[in-house]
Amino acid sequence: MPRSHPPRHPDADAPIAGPARPAQRRWDLAALRRRLAIGLALSAMAILLVLPLVLIFTEALSKGLDIALEALAEPEAWSAIRLTLTVAAIAVPINAICGTAAAWCIGRFEFPGRALLTTLIDLPFSVSPVISGLVWVLLFGANGYFGAWLDRHDVRIVFALPGLVLATMFVTFPFVARSLISLMREQGAAEEEAALTLGANGWQIFVRVTLPNIFWAMLYGVLLCNARAMGEFGAVAVVSGHIRGQTLTMPLYVEALFNDYEWIGAFSVAALLSMLALVTLALRMLLEWRIERDRSAGV
Amino acid sequence: MMVEMRDLRKTFGAAAALDGLSLSVGKGEFLALLGPSGSGKTTLLRVLAGLEFVSSGSIAIGGRPIQDVPARERQIGLVFQHYALFRHMTVARNVAFGLEVRPKRNRPSAAAIRDRVAELLEMMEIGDLGGRYPDQISGGQRQRVALARALAVEPALLLLDEPFGALDAKVRRNLRVWLRALHDRMGLTSIFVTHDQAEALDMADRVAILRAGRIEQVDTPDAVSRHPANDFVREFMR
Repeated sequence: MPRSHPPRHPDADAPIAGPARPAQRRWDLAALRRRLAIGLALSAMAILLVLPLVLIFTEALSKGLDIALEALAEPEAWSAIRLTLTVAAIAVPINAICGTAAAWCIGRFEFPGRALLTTLIDLPFSVSPVISGLVWVLLFGANGYFGAWLDRHDVRIVFALPGLVLATMFVTFPFVARSLISLMREQGAAEEEAALTLGANGWQIFVRVTLPNIFWAMLYGVLLCNARAMGEFGAVAVVSGHIRGQTLTMPLYVEALFNDYEWIGAFSVAALLSMLALVTLALRMLLEWRIERDRSAGV
Repeated sequence: MMVEMRDLRKTFGAAAALDGLSLSVGKGEFLALLGPSGSGKTTLLRVLAGLEFVSSGSIAIGGRPIQDVPARERQIGLVFQHYALFRHMTVARNVAFGLEVRPKRNRPSAAAIRDRVAELLEMMEIGDLGGRYPDQISGGQRQRVALARALAVEPALLLLDEPFGALDAKVRRNLRVWLRALHDRMGLTSIFVTHDQAEALDMADRVAILRAGRIEQVDTPDAVSRHPANDFVREFMR
């Protein structure tokens, strides 16, 4: 879509050009302090964030690319990758739909209990992931509330794909809803009301008015949701049962390899996960830029 | 009578927004709803448009009771205070919206919609803005787009909520004259909300003065300013 860009504000911190004056000296000192602070922050970032990432890749490639790729081609590695993708492919779309619905209710309507619901949506973020997994074991495990019934009907939830999906959905639920609620409140319902008075039905309003207005923010939420769904460890570890080649997702497989001293394998799979993180980061920056542009273009 | 409102009541919690309001609007009339903020003007407009529902009372348009008809079937054009243009659509798509969402059997062809949009934009004197987005045009132009969008579906009744509220004084004066002329030329029936008495007296055929959800007086601008019904009206018209 061809759209105008808002004028960029000139950088307030841009160095002041001009002939040297007595005041110049004090300015130099301030600049020096600022540079020092920035330097410290950058080195801390390098040690805490960049170094581990670099180490993962160097360890994975320490015996050469061939060996690393061989580790990824193992049937068990391949099964872990497939399982992770399957879990994300089920959990993320469901959360995208439910999260959008929840954000729509909270963002557009006033009703008793709205504040409570908003807090409740954040619950998975404040609960330890282990508990998020344990809940499902308590409900559907062999000794759980529905365990005996499920066993009689030969349905497996815990230690199988459904359990992994449930645990992942619970942990990643807030992402889409949270990225939409404030935006939808800010936008208000006026455009939807206008569409209604012009004769549009509910579905037409959603597809033609609501969805385009929240599209980029929703994609942002989906992106974060997906990154977490593929990277989740704690909740998934509880419901997985650790059956190699069957219920190990990529993060769990990394741990299993690591415990068996299979360094190259562990770091190769970890490197693959890190690449996902880097792609997520890049897409995230792109989306943030896009959302900011839309927001400043608000009418 | 074109629009008949009888004893409308509407409460938000304990507060009454409309408190037994009755009002008639004739065909082709340009009626101003005037009153301080919180007097129920906007609520009345939203009730007419079907965005709010009354607790009791009846509304009829052209003799047909509509208080239980959903908003999308009312055929009432509403121009919002801040226009509420669809921000991700071009001006032309905004105006076409009401025609494009019609069920297939009574939706005009794509070509007919295009012609109708061009005609409306021409009438609003913004014929060259069809390809722009709402954030690329001025406030006065947005106002005209909102009007064109509401008129595209040929509404039986046009409602305007503070149509000039967000505009500067000069644009406001020009639009006033233009809007009144447009109303007469198109044979519209219009109700517009304002808190500016000069605007109401200047444009309207009749002025209805509201206070706390009730009508204090309805009459021609001349009669209202010469013979105010009570102290409140006299104070407000000053």
